[in-house]
Amino acid sequence: MILNDLELKTSPAEGEVRIPSGCAISAVIDRSGKRMTGEKIIRSIATMHDRSNGLGGGFAGYGIYPDYKEYYAFHLFYNDFYSKKQTEDFLIQHFEIVYSSEMKTRKLKKITNEPLIYRYFLYPLSKRLANSLMDEERYVVKCVNKINAEIDGAFVFSSGKNMGVFKGVGYPEDIGKFYLLDEEYSGYSWTAHGRYPTNTPGWWGGAHPFGLLDYSVVHNGEISSYDANRRYIETFGYKCSLQTDTEVITYVIDFLIRVKKLTLQEVAKVISASFWSTIEDKPEEERYEETFLRKAFPSLLITGPFSIIFGFTGGLMALNDRLKLRSMVCAEKGDLAYISSEECGIRVIEPELERVFAPAGGQPVIYTLKDGGNRQ
Amino acid sequence: MKTFIPAEYEVVRDFNLCTACRLCENQCANGVHSYDEKRGVMVADSLQCVNCHRCVCVCPTHALKIAKSADCYRPNENWSSQTMNEVYRQAETGGVLLSSMGNPGKYPVYFDKLLVNASQVTNPPIDPLREPMETRVFLGKKDVEIKRDISGRLIDTMPPQLNLKLPVMFSAMSYGSISYNAHEALARAAEICGTFYNTGEGGLHRDFYKYSKNTIVQVASGRFGVHSEYLSAAAAIEIKMGQGAKPGIGGHLPGMKISDDVSRTRMIPKGVDAISPAPHHDIYSIEDLRQLIYTIKEATDYSKPVIVKIAAVHNVAAIASGVARSGADIIAIDGFRGGTGASPTRIRDNVGIPVELALAQVDERLRQEGIRDCVSIIVGGSVRSSADVVKAVALGADACYIGTAALLALGCHLCRSCHTGKCNWGIATQREDLVKRLNPDEGCKRLVNLLSAWNLEIQEMMGGMGINSIEALRGNRLMLRGVGLNETELRILGVRHAGENV
Ligand code: SF4
Ligand code: SF4
Repeated sequence: MILNDLELKTSPAEGEVRIPSGCAISAVIDRSGKRMTGEKIIRSIATMHDRSNGLGGGFAGYGIYPDYKEYYAFHLFYNDFYSKKQTEDFLIQHFEIVYSSEMKTRKLKKITNEPLIYRYFLYPLSKRLANSLMDEERYVVKCVNKINAEIDGAFVFSSGKNMGVFKGVGYPEDIGKFYLLDEEYSGYSWTAHGRYPTNTPGWWGGAHPFGLLDYSVVHNGEISSYDANRRYIETFGYKCSLQTDTEVITYVIDFLIRVKKLTLQEVAKVISASFWSTIEDKPEEERYEETFLRKAFPSLLITGPFSIIFGFTGGLMALNDRLKLRSMVCAEKGDLAYISSEECGIRVIEPELERVFAPAGGQPVIYTLKDGGNRQ
Repeated sequence: MKTFIPAEYEVVRDFNLCTACRLCENQCANGVHSYDEKRGVMVADSLQCVNCHRCVCVCPTHALKIAKSADCYRPNENWSSQTMNEVYRQAETGGVLLSSMGNPGKYPVYFDKLLVNASQVTNPPIDPLREPMETRVFLGKKDVEIKRDISGRLIDTMPPQLNLKLPVMFSAMSYGSISYNAHEALARAAEICGTFYNTGEGGLHRDFYKYSKNTIVQVASGRFGVHSEYLSAAAAIEIKMGQGAKPGIGGHLPGMKISDDVSRTRMIPKGVDAISPAPHHDIYSIEDLRQLIYTIKEATDYSKPVIVKIAAVHNVAAIASGVARSGADIIAIDGFRGGTGASPTRIRDNVGIPVELALAQVDERLRQEGIRDCVSIIVGGSVRSSADVVKAVALGADACYIGTAALLALGCHLCRSCHTGKCNWGIATQREDLVKRLNPDEGCKRLVNLLSAWNLEIQEMMGGMGINSIEALRGNRLMLRGVGLNETELRILGVRHAGENV
């Protein structure tokens, strides 16, 4: 379980360099709120095996911790027991830890060099929180950032309530089995990611999804606006330490939703805005709104190829860049809705679909739990 | 002792080609060419030649060229002939040396040491001939509050913005320093191209109020031609605090350039030198600037963006930060290479810093302070090509001002003699016979051509980077790499060296 420290490090670590990746992404949601194990999503992403190269895979599941749904679920990678000790000291000072344990995993030949993986359910110490003059979410994010930036060898890779990110270095289907997602967990929605980095960082924290509280993003593409987006979002106190597209996209969405209070539809009109020429032809009301959003947030327009699935409590959003330079297909059957880089990723788990479509560039597809659905 | 300064340039005539048509004589306002009746040949007094190339361009038989004079002092790396001549001139006259156009000296041009990225394999380039490629920009404050009506619809809370079809505008050049025809060409080209020209500090001629939608009017320390109608006509108002060619001093328009029309437009007497003071005498500090900004905003009902133009000087980042906090909507930074109609030579050649470094620092500082959204940034002085525009935007500029490049399009050959008022190209002159050489229709067309060509080139370079909107290029410094720059320069520019991966 201890990271193999005999290997010499020859390539730069994640965050020291910017690593472009090609990828596969996939997601499924049961809008009735009924929970399913991770078995389906593993099969879906496994079908697109060739879109990954074994250097990163991961999943996010929503509704998986119903018994602890009031608590933040922290998933942590540790390089060693020393970083674990330091982190736990920090956690104890800032949170009430309700339950903690080593993450249950399955030994697989193909998964090697895994770090120590721990899970904590916790909530902020009320006094500390009050003294910080921050709202609860900000407080939690600050603590996560602090651990990730300052404790060498520790990395919080999941921090939401009643959801969890599971990721690592390997093919996604192996990572899924390694975490026993097919047996131990069931959730109303799942997202998955298979990574094809053009470099071999081999760091578990660098795999995707990227999570921020209950937000998670899986992304396929390489955005050309990266540094414009990064430099802008960093002026609002975010720090892009991993230098990945996924990280900056997550921060951008978080900023627009949590700070600016935009709706998901509006977020899509900022990051994947219509062309001016298209906007001019739209009906008055839309033109008014979209012109305003483009004028107000020009630096959050994301260009270059991307397809993302944004996971949040109660739903999923799929979004392509405005030229649709990456494939992405959506499908529905009854309460179930699917999103995948390729149609095969959907057909393999549900051959009989009621509706299959490829969303146009810049057109968000949003699936949320139906009213009265068993959310948590 | 009478100073004799040898000619810098020699007018070379091929007598096999010369037909003695005397066109050159007619075209040279400096009186270089004349006809020697006795010998029946054209002669030239090279001493008067400023190398404006007018005669060369108009000579129907291509009999003329201007060559660097072979006459030289004993070579000396420390004492160049120019330096020596300047000493002779000052010893003779006791005066301050005057120059025009931008600093021509041997300083690094950082734009030429920056290289642009392109997409390969991992993400696709975008073909501007087949896909939309957006170069439209809005200039103004972006730090808006999100507000909704009762039904939850967004309310447009944007402060006033300038809407540019491409990130290039014509920079401030006053009527007086340049001609009526030059102004007309600029105004009309700005209208056609969907961008803006700038009146400079010389007021707005009655005839040009019809282009006011594409006009930025300037309020400078002399307040020439400033009145309420002038302010309300404009699309935006620029307060000129400084100019790259002459930071720290005011404007100087020689009396002979002050014609009837110029005097009326500027509201100053005819024929007398118009000197604007070095500071605005109502602005001795940053809080005074705030007052002027809000005075102008009040006077125009908060309906127009206010630009504050500053020269790129050593402390430019802190100054810009102060300006951004003073209510300005846009900051224009003018680099030390920026042009001028007249400036003391010593100031033009020795004061200020390169605009690339100033821009990089201002953009970074405003971001560090979290106020980059409070202002847009325009840079000029000097932006010479579409590649410079692309690099400036990637460093963090919202748009660029071009002055010299626009004058070149109108025929200017950079003889740097604008202060003499005898521009043979009809640009930097008020002499009617010279002004009419510049046809405003043709001038306008050439300016439109220039901007259209640049726009195509900008789109081409953006497409190569896989970027289809100029917004995604702004401040995108990963798209730049430096060559031949040292660590300090790279740090100031915020770019990596070529060959270095991210
Ligand atoms: S000043 Fe101009 S027009 Fe006159 S001789 Fe020289 S180049 Fe020719
Ligand atoms: S504007 Fe006229 S005088 Fe000035 S540099 Fe150009 S050609 Fe020479």
